[in-house]
Amino acid sequence: MLKQITLALLAITTVPAFAFEPTRPVEFVVTSGPGGGTDNFARTVQSIIAKHKLIDAPVVVTNKGGGSGAEGFVYAAGYKGDPYKLTFGTNNEYLLPSVAAVPYAPEDLTPVATLALDEFLIWVNGQSKFGDVKSFVEAAKAKPKAIQFGGSQSKDTDQILVSTIAEVTGAEFRYIPFKGGGEAGVQLAGGHIDANVNNPNENRGQWQAGMVKPLCVFRPDRFPQSAPVHDGKGWHDIPTCAEAGLAIDSYRMPRTVWLPAGVEEDVVVFYRDVLKKVSETPEWADYVAKTSQTSQFMTGDEFTAYQAKDRETVLKVLKREGWLVK
Amino acid sequence: MGNFGYLMDGFATVLTAHHLMIMMIGVMLGILVGVLPGLGAPNGVSLLLPLTFTMEPISAIILLSCMYWGALFGGSTTSILFNIPGEPSSVATTFDGYPMAKNGQATRALTLAFMSAGIGALAGVVMITLLSGWVARFALQFSSPEFFAVYFLAFGSFIGMSDNAPAKTLVTMMLGFAFATVGMDTISGSLRLTFGIPDLIKGISFLVAVMGLFGIGELLLTTEEGLRFDGIKARVRPIDVLKTLKEMPRYGWAILRSTLIGIWMGITPAGPTAASFMSYGLARRFAKDKSKFGKGDPRGIVSPETADHSAGTSALLPMLALGVPGSATAAVMMGGLMIWGLTPGPMLFIDRPDFVWGLIASMYLGNVVAVLLVLATVPLYASILRVPFSIVGPVIVAIIFSGAYQVANSTFDMWLVLGFGILGYLFKTLDYPIAPLVLAMVLGDKAEDAFRQSMLMSNGSLTIFWSNPLVSGIMALGVLMLIWPLIAKAAGLRGLRRHTAGHQAKV
Repeated sequence: MLKQITLALLAITTVPAFAFEPTRPVEFVVTSGPGGGTDNFARTVQSIIAKHKLIDAPVVVTNKGGGSGAEGFVYAAGYKGDPYKLTFGTNNEYLLPSVAAVPYAPEDLTPVATLALDEFLIWVNGQSKFGDVKSFVEAAKAKPKAIQFGGSQSKDTDQILVSTIAEVTGAEFRYIPFKGGGEAGVQLAGGHIDANVNNPNENRGQWQAGMVKPLCVFRPDRFPQSAPVHDGKGWHDIPTCAEAGLAIDSYRMPRTVWLPAGVEEDVVVFYRDVLKKVSETPEWADYVAKTSQTSQFMTGDEFTAYQAKDRETVLKVLKREGWLVK
Repeated sequence: MGNFGYLMDGFATVLTAHHLMIMMIGVMLGILVGVLPGLGAPNGVSLLLPLTFTMEPISAIILLSCMYWGALFGGSTTSILFNIPGEPSSVATTFDGYPMAKNGQATRALTLAFMSAGIGALAGVVMITLLSGWVARFALQFSSPEFFAVYFLAFGSFIGMSDNAPAKTLVTMMLGFAFATVGMDTISGSLRLTFGIPDLIKGISFLVAVMGLFGIGELLLTTEEGLRFDGIKARVRPIDVLKTLKEMPRYGWAILRSTLIGIWMGITPAGPTAASFMSYGLARRFAKDKSKFGKGDPRGIVSPETADHSAGTSALLPMLALGVPGSATAAVMMGGLMIWGLTPGPMLFIDRPDFVWGLIASMYLGNVVAVLLVLATVPLYASILRVPFSIVGPVIVAIIFSGAYQVANSTFDMWLVLGFGILGYLFKTLDYPIAPLVLAMVLGDKAEDAFRQSMLMSNGSLTIFWSNPLVSGIMALGVLMLIWPLIAKAAGLRGLRRHTAGHQAKV
């Protein structure tokens, strides 16, 4: 009898009577334009939620990619305590306020989860004389500022990585910002710039055709085995930068989801569980494999710790380059 | 010959009752979102995207691309009837389309626009069919200096044509450049001209500006002129559609020139907006009798429409072959391709010829379906102008404000529309041209990015704009266009100029 009462009490305490459940449409705020990496991420999550009916209320996706994504974060920050605004981004949520005078602080949003890590590689033109990252760095050292690195946006993940490469190797590069990774990819395929640090998905098509080739990837270990992409070589055959002699162990970009600050704990729990279920579907595995990302579900303390470490590393670069906003 | 065989296979895939129905639905939905300013093609396509996740890729792309064609046609409709361009690329259509509709010839204006749009689009598809391999390689030769040269050419061919006082043109153009710089700067990554207003971070949407400048500005003027709408008395007869069709061959040269401009701008890929402005500018430059431009000259409708659609269609080729979206709508479709499991890029033509050629076949059929549908509905649209202004006016105001809100779901944009409306009214009463402002707003930030990227590449040396035959050729053409009026004068063509001297264009 006593045992039953204890069980019943336990049941009451573990399952709160008023667990959050959306009763009106949920807005997915996408901090990139239509077709961007964050847009694909959010729309994939939306399609999985719809297919498996993980949220009963309808889901509406809105693109707010202005100001490198600041538009979306400012918008979400303005809905303090609103459980119906789920914001999708990368590490730009906590990096943007450091490099530009945007009217929001990283704390204005509550972290919900990270679902995946996107990779960075050094790519050169398919006809390039560089076959490995060592000769590439040597050439850059021999002629300072002669090698042109293209990338997406300014003072963002791409330029921070290029700056880190320069710092680690002592070489000097010229960085040319474009509107997005797609543009930087085509400029590289056309031979107008010497290299870029695109994500796998942004250069895959050009690699298939042999117009660009990867030198190394900023992962702690190699990509998992997969089908060959070009000339008998697949993602697994790309050496990690560390093993190829460029001492940067890991540089990755998290795909993150946020709620406005001030939401109740049960709201965070609800979305965390939904996203956890999303990350366990075959469709998610398919998306991650196709875009060569790494599925990694992080939440709570793990996510906070990751964020703190990422921020610390990046802030060092920003400080050195003098990009910190006053 | 291989391409032709593939194309026939593509037609076989597309010519089924199921796919034809999808086409009709796509086109109709497209016209609907095109007619509502602010909703527009990119938003419409994103709204429809979740529905396609469960469809066959080929059916999905037919639905989305047909919606795109429909939206392009819908955008021209509002440009002509209400002076509100639904898409940036249909701004140039308002210059002569709206005056013609106001003169009571709405049917003629709409028919001219739709027919030339259809011809332009089909020419674009034929080009894709014949030249797909070559074009993809050509587009790769374009880097920042070349892009800047193309924008320079677009500015050059448009600037020289204005009849307004040069100082006024300069003022409005500089205002346009200033509006274009608001928001995040690509090159430095800093915010510019936002004055600490959070809503300005995203920049000033071109569509919001245009809806205010043209739509609200026009309404204010109409109200001031005594609340009457000149088109009311115009009779709308379906037979006018056929009459106008017979008229089309007369503009053969204009159509041919505009098609070439459109295809060139589509594959380079500078895009449909630059193409339509340039085509309008050139049509005016080379016309013997310029007096009717800005007052409803048919060539002023045919030229931008043809160029707009041939560029819009050609721009799909770089997207498929290189994986670079030429427009916002193309970007959404590319996102769709990835969700359906296809990788846009050079290998798509080799890996999935069934998909690519099915899409190309659907472009032929989709455009024919779209032209037939819109031509059939011309009398219906034209009749809208017979409704008294006291009813139409408020409806337009409601559409403009809800449209402005929909652009970015921002209430701030509705205030901007009002501001731009007043600016548009002032411009018109003080005889300042609006077109240069619009052109600077659309191409200004792109031209700026391209220029500064070029400067980074060359270490600040301007010689990069003359560094290879391609970029030098385009720059030379741009300079030629810019100083053409001076050349014409020097060559003793004053007689021709005098012909237009007393006339002030009110574009």
